[in-house]
Amino acid sequence: MTTAEYEAVIGLEVHVELKTRSKAFCHCATSFGVEPNTHVCPICLGMPGVLPVLNREMVEYALMTALALNCRIAGYCKFDRKNYFYPDLPKNYQISQYDLPIATGGSLVIETENGPRTIGINRVHMEEDTGKLVHKGSIMTTPYSLVDLNRAGTPLLEIVSEPDLRSPGEARMYVEKLRLILLYLGVSDGKMEEGSLRCDANISVRPPGQQKLGTRTEIKNLNSFRALERALDYEIRRQIKTLAKGERIIQETRTWDEHEQVTMSMRSKEEAHDYRYFPDPDLPPLRIDPAWVERVCRSLPELPDQARRRLSEEYNLRRYDALLLTASRDILDFFDDCVAQYPKPKVLAKWITGDLARLLNRNKLEIKESKITPASLVGLLRLLEEGTISGTIAKAVLAEMFTTGESPDKIVRERGLTQISDEQEVRALVGDVIAENSRAVAEFQKGKDRALRFLMGQAMKASGGKANPELVYRLLREELSGR
Amino acid sequence: MELYQHTVQEIGEMLARREVTAREVLASSAERIGRVENKIQAFITLTLEEAEKTARDLEARDEIGGLAGIPCGIKDNLCTRGVRTTCASEMLENFVPPYDATAVKRLKSAGAVVVGKLNMDEFAMGSSTENSGFFPTHNPWDLTRVPGGSSGGAAAAVAAGEVYYALASDTGGSIRQPASFCGVVGMKPTYGLVSRFGLVAFASSLDQVGPITRTVTDCALVMNAICGHDSMDSTSLKVPVPDYTKDIQEGIKGLRIGFPREYFQKGVDRGVKDTIMEALFKFEELGAVVEETSLPHSEYALPTYYIIAPSEASSNLARFDGVRYGYRDRYAQDTAEMFSSTRARGFGPEVIRRVMLGTYALSSGYYEAYYLKALKVRRLIKEDFDRAFEQYDILISPTTTSTAFRIGEKAEDLLTMYMLDMLTIPVSLAGIPSISIPGGFLNNLPVGLQLMGPPLSERTLLKAAYAFEQATGYHLRTPVLEVYGT
Repeated sequence: MTTAEYEAVIGLEVHVELKTRSKAFCHCATSFGVEPNTHVCPICLGMPGVLPVLNREMVEYALMTALALNCRIAGYCKFDRKNYFYPDLPKNYQISQYDLPIATGGSLVIETENGPRTIGINRVHMEEDTGKLVHKGSIMTTPYSLVDLNRAGTPLLEIVSEPDLRSPGEARMYVEKLRLILLYLGVSDGKMEEGSLRCDANISVRPPGQQKLGTRTEIKNLNSFRALERALDYEIRRQIKTLAKGERIIQETRTWDEHEQVTMSMRSKEEAHDYRYFPDPDLPPLRIDPAWVERVCRSLPELPDQARRRLSEEYNLRRYDALLLTASRDILDFFDDCVAQYPKPKVLAKWITGDLARLLNRNKLEIKESKITPASLVGLLRLLEEGTISGTIAKAVLAEMFTTGESPDKIVRERGLTQISDEQEVRALVGDVIAENSRAVAEFQKGKDRALRFLMGQAMKASGGKANPELVYRLLREELSGR
Repeated sequence: MELYQHTVQEIGEMLARREVTAREVLASSAERIGRVENKIQAFITLTLEEAEKTARDLEARDEIGGLAGIPCGIKDNLCTRGVRTTCASEMLENFVPPYDATAVKRLKSAGAVVVGKLNMDEFAMGSSTENSGFFPTHNPWDLTRVPGGSSGGAAAAVAAGEVYYALASDTGGSIRQPASFCGVVGMKPTYGLVSRFGLVAFASSLDQVGPITRTVTDCALVMNAICGHDSMDSTSLKVPVPDYTKDIQEGIKGLRIGFPREYFQKGVDRGVKDTIMEALFKFEELGAVVEETSLPHSEYALPTYYIIAPSEASSNLARFDGVRYGYRDRYAQDTAEMFSSTRARGFGPEVIRRVMLGTYALSSGYYEAYYLKALKVRRLIKEDFDRAFEQYDILISPTTTSTAFRIGEKAEDLLTMYMLDMLTIPVSLAGIPSISIPGGFLNNLPVGLQLMGPPLSERTLLKAAYAFEQATGYHLRTPVLEVYGT
């Protein structure tokens, strides 16, 4: 939000849980929602004498992500210890990357109302996740806390943006786009609500045109897109109000209170932790072989922007359709599967972003969960193309396919939905309609096209939607002009 | 001669020839422990029953050769599956690891019979074993004196004949210094040659596991069992492991030996200096070329060490918080208080001092001035050695500045205590191998001779040490415990 007097400057730190098979520094399987403390071993429990061993899959995923975000990959990076005491952190230090991260200097493009905007990525680094504390009620009043260390040691990427975002909406778009890229790469579930994608925001305001950044606050506990947008919105207003009163912004960490819908001060700059970072002596520096980077680069899957460009350029699809069809890798795969069997991308785009999308939305299903397959959709469109069924019937058959999972041929056959293309039959039908609607006929003869549409509708209705509409149209004209 | 008095090599041969059984060997050690342990107090935990079972199993499987069937002790900072591993700290008084340290696992699979866990300075921080959270250990050569530290229990137990050898750890001299005080052989291998997995970390970039034995050959035998790459330790070296006993008798004709003048200057007792100088003549007699050399940055080793080691320790020891294992102050009112009072009560004063030192050195605003500068000096110290090894095959110095001192004598004088390690610390900072062997005696107390070599020069060091040992016979002298003021 930018008022006349102030513009917001936002930078985001996004933490992404990587879905590698095992944890960052031990052999434990990564997991979600299993019995507490069952996916643990002496290493992720921080027992005395144990040592970390780097999971190469984590590095591979980090490389994929960094390359997808157009980052420079460091030839040499290292791991550092971030020291702080907290019961969910078994070693009381987190293995992270401090001054030599795996990648720096990338970018990501968001589609704003005013066209595409490039947002800078400052850095991408690897670290390990903490465990979780379970409190009885509020953290302030709980008589005890339970520690679940299943998550401890799960590989995380921290992706830090430049302060290039100018509104809560842009911040949301940035996270959505980042999430989409991660999903395309298949490196993370990207579920904000489940915590596999977490977000902290740095935010300040300044008069537009001013180069110098205002004093910033950091907001934590942004667990959904909604929380992100609302918290930023609230914080911008708060900062502007504070400045308007002639007061100063205090550099501090604030937390978003979902219940009260406000940000609240957590700790000031003076109270900030001194993490006493130093190189982890248990892990030798990591040299990243350019050949490895090259290999990862070549094996990167198609990314959302590339896919959208392909759809627009190769198939001449409208920008909006291309956006919808690339909104998830599953939708894109579905579309590509269809095109492979039925090379009419525009028709497919219309059906997938139209009727199918509506059915999915209404039933809150993902495309992968629906009973419609690329083959069955293509089967339906073939029936339509061959003239076996009409467009109206096709919509109905799609709905039936969606519910029952039956093949379109079977539905059409069993329900007798085959289009009536017999000229004699249709001519009789049209004759009846003309006879029964003399007023409309009269209007048509006065030159009103609307009347023709009405008569057309009546004829289709009389056939139960089965009459071939083109035939109906031709015969209607013939019959009417014949008078 | 009783069985316990034999060396690893001898008893191994006797077992192989079936002149004795593993249980007879164990019985002799157990009897020795029964006779002298109340004077020495080397063990925190004895595991004689488990040892008996191991010996029986070995006999049943007819497993002989190498280390099989030979009793040993393990310093109590090396994790032993199912046997408590305390680090001589109240913090871990009841901690029982569910895993073996890799070095322990390798000894066990070689058939080692572990008779117990050995006393040490708490978390390996100290030079006298007086910092044990439980009790001090006594030097077998003079029970009123310290055995050195931090592996005081290990060195004393080996010297007193309670075990044939011990597995210990060295961060700034913790194997070599007590070996020197107790007149036994102690080797700190090249950093990364022995896995650190399961060694409770003090200073990760310095810690190294190694043997304490009565003879150089025994040292080589134990090295054969414990060295080699371990995928559980990312700092473990991927190098082939030679047979350390091979050609050990080859002799040292033409070996180029340097003695760094800085190691014979102020702070080193005159008697110690003279003893080692005399030893150098012996090396010349044996055919080596001995020359004076210089390691100019040595004087900065101590302050460098006392920044790096506590810094790493402050982070390594953070996990002892009472949440998951070990001691917890159950009366704390909230989490923050639980953390602080658990640590205030669970750790002894020296551990707390070093954690505080390290926390300070890593703090924002001090990091560059202390930690980062220390890393740079460490580099210079290593380069000193690199240069010296362009000219010399090995370097020789005293292991310690003095012979064993009296219990309590230096407890109040920390700096003097820290200074004791000034001759062993540079090697640790450089990550190179070093061995301490008996180099002579002063007033019936052993004087340690330190041999230092470039990375992975263990075979050369063992050869030189062996030649000296055989020429002097110092290893044949043993402390007399039975008549001493019983």
